[in-house]
Amino acid sequence: MSMPSAPAPTELEPSRGSQAAGAALAWLRGVPVVWLVLAVLLVWLSVESSVFATPEGILAYLKRSAPIAILAIGAYFVLASGEFDLSVGSLVTVTVVVAAKLSDGDPSNTYPVIAVLFAIGIAVGLFNGFCTTILRVPSFIVTLAMLLILNGLVFLWTNGAPTGALADNFREFGRKGIEGIPWLDELPYSVIVLFVVAGFAVWLARGGFGRRVLAVGDNDRAAALSGISVTRVRIAAFVLSATSAVIAAILLGGFAGVTAQVGQGLEFQAITAAVLGGTVLGGGRGSVMGAVGGALVLQALFQLLNLYSVENAVEQTVTGLLIIGAVSLAAFRTRSG
Amino acid sequence: MSRVADRPRVQVNTGSARNFVADSLAAITRTTSGPVYLVLVGVFFACLIAVAIHGGEFLTGEAIKEMLVRSVALGIVAVGMTLVILGASLDLSVAYVVSLASIIAAEVMDDATGNILIGIVAVIGFGALVGLVNGLVITKLRVNPFIATLGVALIIRGIIESRYQGTVTGVPEGFQKLGYDDLGPIPLSVVLLFAVVALGWFILRYTRFGNRLYAVGGNEEVAKLSGVRTHRVLIGAHVLCAMAAALTGLFLASRLGAGSPTVGPEGGYDLEAIAAVVLGGTYLLGGRGGVLGTIAGVLILAMLDHTFNELEVNAFAKDVARGLIIIAAVAAYSIRWRRRKRAEAVADGPGDSGTGGTLQPQEAGAG
Repeated sequence: MSMPSAPAPTELEPSRGSQAAGAALAWLRGVPVVWLVLAVLLVWLSVESSVFATPEGILAYLKRSAPIAILAIGAYFVLASGEFDLSVGSLVTVTVVVAAKLSDGDPSNTYPVIAVLFAIGIAVGLFNGFCTTILRVPSFIVTLAMLLILNGLVFLWTNGAPTGALADNFREFGRKGIEGIPWLDELPYSVIVLFVVAGFAVWLARGGFGRRVLAVGDNDRAAALSGISVTRVRIAAFVLSATSAVIAAILLGGFAGVTAQVGQGLEFQAITAAVLGGTVLGGGRGSVMGAVGGALVLQALFQLLNLYSVENAVEQTVTGLLIIGAVSLAAFRTRSG
Repeated sequence: MSRVADRPRVQVNTGSARNFVADSLAAITRTTSGPVYLVLVGVFFACLIAVAIHGGEFLTGEAIKEMLVRSVALGIVAVGMTLVILGASLDLSVAYVVSLASIIAAEVMDDATGNILIGIVAVIGFGALVGLVNGLVITKLRVNPFIATLGVALIIRGIIESRYQGTVTGVPEGFQKLGYDDLGPIPLSVVLLFAVVALGWFILRYTRFGNRLYAVGGNEEVAKLSGVRTHRVLIGAHVLCAMAAALTGLFLASRLGAGSPTVGPEGGYDLEAIAAVVLGGTYLLGGRGGVLGTIAGVLILAMLDHTFNELEVNAFAKDVARGLIIIAAVAAYSIRWRRRKRAEAVADGPGDSGTGGTLQPQEAGAG
């Protein structure tokens, strides 16, 4: 616990400006780092793999990034409003398992089932938001409890093991794409979905809602005093997050099939991606595109480790080190800048 | 508990002895652990009645002993977690620390009774090291605690999974006594838990470090400006937290008679401990709460667990019920807290009056 001379620079800080501004400034320019890291990883990937730097390679990479990028976008809104959503991973599992059980391989069920899935997602988001804002239970706890509740409910319903199957036209969203486009083999639907979701999210974030989210996350009391309905903004953020989980789950159902593990750990990946992209836990800072960049970094990292056939276990260690490294790099760059 | 009145945050008229008594009483009902014990009593009676209706017996000596022993592992982790949460931090690496600690215990002790002491030292030292890393990454590298400890968790997980596939034997018979022996009528492990709780309580109440931790968690900038070396305090809290997790690993190694790579994550010690801390009335954003509340939170979870087992509730239904109860209990505290703070609070929505009636049937008698 001895810390020779290290505290000196930090103790200078309060004299420089107000406390909040100091902390905010430290994160203000966090966004560029993610693109820097991404560029390095992508160059590295294309040097190591001849397939990667082709249109197909890039599309395959984007296709695989789509679910986590969509989750990261949802996570951005919740995190930027100053809350947490730890329930998205289990919501992904629930969505896939429920879809398989309801549709049971019948293609004609697909669209009604998708409607039900979105209804479930919105209900979960509303419940998370209600408990967080109106009952004032910390969102970390609400969504943690929601994780327990969702997992419990779905396995209670399916008697412990997922049953049924996803219809082929349901799985197409994650697997297939538009064919016959010049230069490309096919344009995967999941990439289109990613672009649509990202576009919509950027539009939301740039508009009044996005500004209210950041205001609420930055200082909810000040936001309330200036006439923003904190409750409504936060509930909307939770609904967006849950909806993004449903969309990601529909894509993942196509990739991965029906397992009880499909959503495991995704909540942490989504939060990590958003934070890599400059979103500040605690709220008030961040950007949608940063979150997407963070997700792309994570996916590139996974693919790179895969390329070197790094053992799955070691992959964890490397990921942990890189996450800490990238986030602290962002913190230092913004401080010196 | 009357010492609560000495906390700097509570305004006390120190004029006369009569006032002191009145203030102490007021302070007790005002502490964060006050309502927790009401909930504990409420849950206790609810469980008692539920088990009685089912035709079992809740209050047998065996059952109480079992509940307490089951609380030991989570309780020790949760006491450590209380410290970091009070400092407005978080530790998501504890589950993997528990696992690796149990493995280190088995490897170092290597079936020789003479190695027990060095094994204990090695495990606690390992915990201190992880805590130091967590604390340094959070304070010096300025990584958010959530991400920092998640990263450290991944690192430890990788180390565990790449080197250990199954359980690691080597815990000597002599050390397994910790898990199973009794000290008079009380299991040794429960004594260990009480010792850790007492130590945590003492640190928070009576040491400068404890006071500073509350200050740092309450408002880090203000603490810094008033001369507290906030980094040192936070690193200290993280070291203690990880040491507590390592101690749990040690206890589980003695209980299982082996080191286990999966015992930590499967026990869900990270999130469960956080749930227990918050259930115990500690404010997740730091600065308010304490270990006495936490231990009540742990006991509430253990009682529910025991009751569900007695009632032979489906494992998945158990999770659903637990989730709802956690939300309901924490909602009950925050509504209480808000009522008290109503004068200062800013109304920011239509939900400010008469909320929450739907979700908390369990707490009807406790509110």
